[in-house]
Amino acid sequence: MCNMGDFDYLIIGNSAGTVGCIEGLRSVDKNSTVALVAEEDCHIYSRALIPYYLGGQITRDKMYYRPLDFYDRARVCVFQGHRAVKIDSAVRVVELDNGSRLGYGKLLIATGGKPVFPPIPGLDKQNVFSFHSMPDLMGIEKELAGARSAVVLGGGVIGLMAAEALHKRGIKVHVLELAERLLAPVVDETTSHLVEGALQKAGLALYLNNTIDQVNGTERVESVTLKDGRNIPCDLLIVGVGVAPRVELAEGTGIEVNRGILVDKKMQTSVPGIFACGDCASIYNFVTGVEQNMPLWPNAYLGGRIAGFNMAGIERAFIQGTTMNAMHFFDVNIVNAGINVIGANQGNGLEVIQKHDSDGQTYRKFVLSENGQIKGFILVGQIARAGIFLNLMRRKIDVRAFQLELFKNDFGYADLPETLRWKLLQDDVILGVV
Amino acid sequence: MGRIKAKPEVCMGCHLCEVWCAVAHSKSKHIIKAFLYEDDKPLPRLVVEEKLPLTFALQCRHCAEPDCVTACISGALWKDPESGRVVHDPNQCVGCYSCVLTCPYGNVFINPRKREIIKCDLCAGLDTLYCVSHCPNEALVYEDC
Ligand SMILES: Cc1cc2nc3c(=O)[nH]c(=O)nc-3n(C[C@H](O)[C@H](O)[C@H](O)COP(=O)(O)OP(=O)(O)OC[C@H]3O[C@@H](n4cnc5c(N)ncnc54)[C@H](O)[C@@H]3O)c2cc1C
Ligand code: SF4
Ligand code: SF4
Repeated sequence: MCNMGDFDYLIIGNSAGTVGCIEGLRSVDKNSTVALVAEEDCHIYSRALIPYYLGGQITRDKMYYRPLDFYDRARVCVFQGHRAVKIDSAVRVVELDNGSRLGYGKLLIATGGKPVFPPIPGLDKQNVFSFHSMPDLMGIEKELAGARSAVVLGGGVIGLMAAEALHKRGIKVHVLELAERLLAPVVDETTSHLVEGALQKAGLALYLNNTIDQVNGTERVESVTLKDGRNIPCDLLIVGVGVAPRVELAEGTGIEVNRGILVDKKMQTSVPGIFACGDCASIYNFVTGVEQNMPLWPNAYLGGRIAGFNMAGIERAFIQGTTMNAMHFFDVNIVNAGINVIGANQGNGLEVIQKHDSDGQTYRKFVLSENGQIKGFILVGQIARAGIFLNLMRRKIDVRAFQLELFKNDFGYADLPETLRWKLLQDDVILGVV
Repeated sequence: MGRIKAKPEVCMGCHLCEVWCAVAHSKSKHIIKAFLYEDDKPLPRLVVEEKLPLTFALQCRHCAEPDCVTACISGALWKDPESGRVVHDPNQCVGCYSCVLTCPYGNVFINPRKREIIKCDLCAGLDTLYCVSHCPNEALVYEDC
């Protein structure tokens, strides 16, 4: 157990962003004192593994994101089971829920997000859960044994992962989505329809343009009445409509908030010495050039890592972040990055090239800027070597000279024009030997 | 920490590096037994890039700041500070394919048999780098850098 006191570096949170920060910090600074405050009273786990656990693919010990001795080895003091309630930036002190105070030299806010509950009466009943935390997981797990029918509110990425996991446990699953298609606005219409097909084939019931009008039951939900009047009996209700950044600690500190806590490319907030990363932050999106809340694991980890370097005085910029998802629903694999749905205000100068194979199961689409840079892509079915596209995107390569090659399922560096290929692989090959 | 480098001009495109990589990661480490008798047919963890007459092998770069590790949602990937290797633990992997999406070299491979990835481990535990030592034209070398 650690003693209260002053620390060179203090972190609030205990997830992807926190680990990124600790690993970044410790790779350059072995001696400074580091502490973290964690509201959840358990070792660091990956919430992205909740669907895998509830779907029966992994055991509980696999939920841990780092080994149990991680903090000891990194020499981090952990204040677990406590919530930070206030930041006093003038004197550089964080106050915990038990009244104790921790001083800091530099502070990272990695408080993540909290699940959104829409304003429907009755969502506080016993068998209603979000799909976000260890308590959710344990609550849902308890209900699984007796459950035969479940309603999932929300047809986004998390809602659909929940739906598939419950289906795998033999439960009849009903998915409700307010929009006219699933996964909007994460993927485009074609992809939505491919996913809808896969879910229906597996036997899930989908209700589009629909939501809950009324939750029926006293202590427990027994059924829900839909907007269109239909009634679905259920033993379990999962709310997966979204996650909102947890920014409450910024209040009264002068830290600027723009949906998430606004940070510059060094991950520093508007208050010097205080950094933020992950689901609670608004970070630079290299595709759109603006700061946005992009609540995804790679952004949280890397944002934290870069914050760690900067906190230790080593300048690094976070310029690799954008929206990116690797998803799978039953046997359909999907990856996307950047812009793949062109909204009314983004159409300017963007060109779409796409190919939907005759078998109906492979689909590729690239969004190109006027000067031929990839601004986004989505691949369905065949996703091998997708990272090369993300690399071309990050390096802002003009792809027009070889744009049709992008549709090859085995696209690789060999398909690039010679000069570009050897430039990108300059440290990886030896030329001029013959 | 070094890396394996290809010499495209002397690569003949024989794919023997892929064959021997698969053998290196088989149970028996024996080319005939591995391909004929093992239940799980061995799989290579590198790719020969090909646009004839150009061919060259490309394997994981064991990056200094690996994007695959950044993206891994399960903790199955990490960079070992001592050896410099980017290590994958198949027991921890759930096959989310975030690493496939982020590896700039396209060097994380989907295991066709189960929801899991496979990648180069620089022949951990073996006495040579199989792709390098079995290339008949010495088109692969290991360089310290
Ligand atoms: C079911 C599910 C599946 C997902 N799958 C994927 C996926 O496949 N790929 C992907 O990229 N992303 C996925 N995500 C998103 C990903 O999990 C998040 O982006 C990531 O967890 C964000 O990490 P973070 O460090 O910002 O914060 P979080 O993971 O949200 O954690 C924040 C932590 O801070 C603690 N905390 C908050 N406030 C305080 C306080 N005041 N005091 C003390 N502690 C506090 C919280 O208790 C929590 O432990 C998924 C999310 C969910 C819920
Ligand atoms: S798998 Fe890719 S990103 Fe990861 S270390 Fe190897 S080359 Fe780098
Ligand atoms: S596929 Fe496995 S190794 Fe790759 S990111 Fe997912 S869990 Fe990690």
